[in-house]
Amino acid sequence: MKLDDLLSMWRIRALEEKIRDLRLEGPIVGSVHLANGQESVAVGACSQLRPQDALYATYRGHGWAVARGVPPREIFAELMGRVTGVNGGRGGSAHFSAPQHGFHGENSIVGAGAPIAVGAALAGKYDGSRRAAMTVFGDGAINQGAVAEAMNFAAALGLGVVFVCENNRYSELTPIDDMVAEPDLSRRASALGIPAVRIDGNDLAQVRTATRLAVEAAAAGRGPSFIEAHTQRIVGHYIGDSEQYRPAGELERDLVVEPIARLTRELLADGVPTESVERCERRAREEMETAAAAALRDPLADPATAKEHLYA
Amino acid sequence: MSTSRITLAKGLNAGLRAAMEQDDKVMLMGEDVGRLGGVFRITDGLQKDFGERRVLDSPLAESGIVGTAVGLAMRGYRPVIEIQFDGFVYPAYDQIVTQVAKMSYRSQGKVPLPLVIRIPFGGGIGAVEHHSESPEAQFAHTPGLKVVACSNPVDGYWMIQQAIASDDPVIFLEPKRQYHADKADLDTSVAPPPLFTSQVVRRGDDVTLLAYGPMVRTCLAAAEAAVSEGRSVEVIDLRTLSPLDMGPVLASVRRTGRAVVAHEAHRNLGMGSELSARITEECFYSLQAPVLRVGGFDTPYPAARNEHHFLPDLDRVLDAVDRSFAF
Repeated sequence: MKLDDLLSMWRIRALEEKIRDLRLEGPIVGSVHLANGQESVAVGACSQLRPQDALYATYRGHGWAVARGVPPREIFAELMGRVTGVNGGRGGSAHFSAPQHGFHGENSIVGAGAPIAVGAALAGKYDGSRRAAMTVFGDGAINQGAVAEAMNFAAALGLGVVFVCENNRYSELTPIDDMVAEPDLSRRASALGIPAVRIDGNDLAQVRTATRLAVEAAAAGRGPSFIEAHTQRIVGHYIGDSEQYRPAGELERDLVVEPIARLTRELLADGVPTESVERCERRAREEMETAAAAALRDPLADPATAKEHLYA
Repeated sequence: MSTSRITLAKGLNAGLRAAMEQDDKVMLMGEDVGRLGGVFRITDGLQKDFGERRVLDSPLAESGIVGTAVGLAMRGYRPVIEIQFDGFVYPAYDQIVTQVAKMSYRSQGKVPLPLVIRIPFGGGIGAVEHHSESPEAQFAHTPGLKVVACSNPVDGYWMIQQAIASDDPVIFLEPKRQYHADKADLDTSVAPPPLFTSQVVRRGDDVTLLAYGPMVRTCLAAAEAAVSEGRSVEVIDLRTLSPLDMGPVLASVRRTGRAVVAHEAHRNLGMGSELSARITEECFYSLQAPVLRVGGFDTPYPAARNEHHFLPDLDRVLDAVDRSFAF
């Protein structure tokens, strides 16, 4: 079980690292935001979503897509502008979606997915399906009006929205503590009448438990929940970020507590053979190499089709 | 045959009712639309008849309202939301431009958004700034949105139903000063023209007046007044602003050789600018004069005491007609 978790997290890490390579080598063009270090939140939260539930992610959403079951080959193809991309190369790194996998899209407008998730939860109430809607956003998004609007909307109407705040300590490139007077972000939710918890996002068990309770509450018609998951990104805000804002020693400390390092230590301490642990990383990297190579061979999206699907 | 004499407000109300009866996925949402029936009473009585689930009073949070409607539409509903006043759409502008307009395109058509955003627009009711605005060009400028404006009770009845039936997001503009003004005979046995078409509403030979929403009535009055000066004025109700239906416009201008566009919106980069450019590009050699524009001034909308100075009236339209003939 724990080895499966390690493999799931390595798949995301290996995908992101391969994306970084492809961005630096040329096949991927434009801005890309990676989520290295935050894998446990996506893996733990998505493990508790049912196929019918809807997930609304952010531009740092590749890992959430993988955790939701979107094939990496289609993600690589999307980022490389290939016709075989999950959105035919029209979405790109920050805007792809795969509703057939319950992945209703990334979003580069910070916080904009929150009210959309409210609508999906309202639909789940109206059609009797009680399908939950999860919206994930960063700590910076807590300061967006749309997030406050969405939280109140969900609370007032008792809608099954799971608000997941990935607190990686940085509002883009500025410490979140400089941007709020109250560092406990979950209090925004409790003030609106939403049950809220703060958890160690590097601990898969905590992520699972908090999400399970939230999805159960949504499915039972008990309304929204808020989870503030403390995490860290161990790479820049975007590929090319010089990260001058990081205090000395921070990254070194983060590399010790980040979820893959943490789970690896736990497995070894449990007596799992080193070979089994290392196989997770090797297998994930092989899978991503294969997927990326296949995507690289696919044709680019045809500019002549640029006006297709603008309207239904 | 069923004929009734109705106002625009009643036409819209009846149209919403008909759409809700035809499709139980249609639901209404907005500030005060339920129990109150909307500040302009466009949704009057609908919550009583269809229930609180289908006519939902929302929190006062326009970005939240539009975002919620996006989520509903993605899950198979056909939400119709009311933005209480034109200027209140600006807090929702982000959702409309960054989310609503792009969903279908980004997802390669996997996520169509059958969503109608109703906006009472324009001035003339003595309201304050942000309650009298004409934001249509800002939405017509955005690929992925469709923008229409009704001008009369019969169009109100049909166009709202056609907008709801559309699988694309539609910004639906309602001239609020006309809500309770003129009455017209609605004969529901007469089939309406398609939604995204412009209509010639008065035939004429000497000059073409192009208008939509509240200015159609002003332009029709101007055309009538011009008769005494021996001028035969054609009036086209554009009805659709995105996409523009240029066919009837170009055919008319090729015949008359003159065109004047009138709208309440600021003249600078308003719909008149685009229409002027397209007419010039398409029928340059038919033109006897440049395409002229009549619009609101390029200032913030004034306080109520001064709005009559801002709003184009019959005289300003006729002045433009005179200038066209003076060339």
